[in-house]
Amino acid sequence: MTGNQIIFYLLALLTLGSAVLAVSTRHIFRAAVFLLFALMGMAGLFFWMNYAFIAAVQIVVYVGGITVLIIFSIFLTQETGEKLPQQLWSRRFIAALASFCALAFTLTQIFQHTFNASKQTAIEVSVQQIGLQMLGTNQYGYALPFELISILLLAAMIGCIVIAIRLKPTS
Amino acid sequence: MTLEPGLYHLLTISTGLFFIGVYGFLTRKNLVTMLMSIELILNSVNLNFIAFNKYLWPHRLDGVFFTLFVIAIAAAEAAVAIAIVINIYRNNRSINVEQTEEMKY
Repeated sequence: MTGNQIIFYLLALLTLGSAVLAVSTRHIFRAAVFLLFALMGMAGLFFWMNYAFIAAVQIVVYVGGITVLIIFSIFLTQETGEKLPQQLWSRRFIAALASFCALAFTLTQIFQHTFNASKQTAIEVSVQQIGLQMLGTNQYGYALPFELISILLLAAMIGCIVIAIRLKPTS
Repeated sequence: MTLEPGLYHLLTISTGLFFIGVYGFLTRKNLVTMLMSIELILNSVNLNFIAFNKYLWPHRLDGVFFTLFVIAIAAAEAAVAIAIVINIYRNNRSINVEQTEEMKY
């Protein structure tokens, strides 16, 4: 095995193992930390594929933003140290069976399909390329979705403030 | 399936991650842990987009842009969901989905 393969399988093991632990542990804080490791493994896979910009965005937004938000909400809503109640055995079994059947079905579909790669020469994925195309207004430009996303983020921000605000009781 | 990592290996990882998230979404009863499962599902989709971009369309950047937009939408979704969770906790003193039944009838 070459180093490339060893790194790939280690990252895959880290991602899938921490994801399984994140959905199965009964300590909610440990679940958040395992989710953090799963997201870091994903960022490692993006680095492994030479998409360094996506990996950086993944670390900044997911690992630095969303996980911290989740941990804060756990602190605000949960007595830490208390275990989550045990789920019914039958419910867990049925959920695992359904997920496993769907997984097997999807994997057989994927492995029976042959993908046709394009024959054109690959371009380098640099930050300059991404920035020029994202704000471009020509044929392959993504300026319109970019602006839509900015409006969506603004709407989400205002929506969060409106939902979570506590109005003073008017006497 | 060879030992050399390729498109099929990455698709296997992302499919596994997706259904791990589905399992968590079906079994968890706590709103915050259900949100974590949704994050796993969204992340598996990102891995799919990047793998397809790398192995099938290496001359274009569309997968990268879709991944960036999915990440932005996931961040907005997580922020709104957590605002709702905190509001539910303030009203109900619990974030268990089985006790969140004000809109049931």
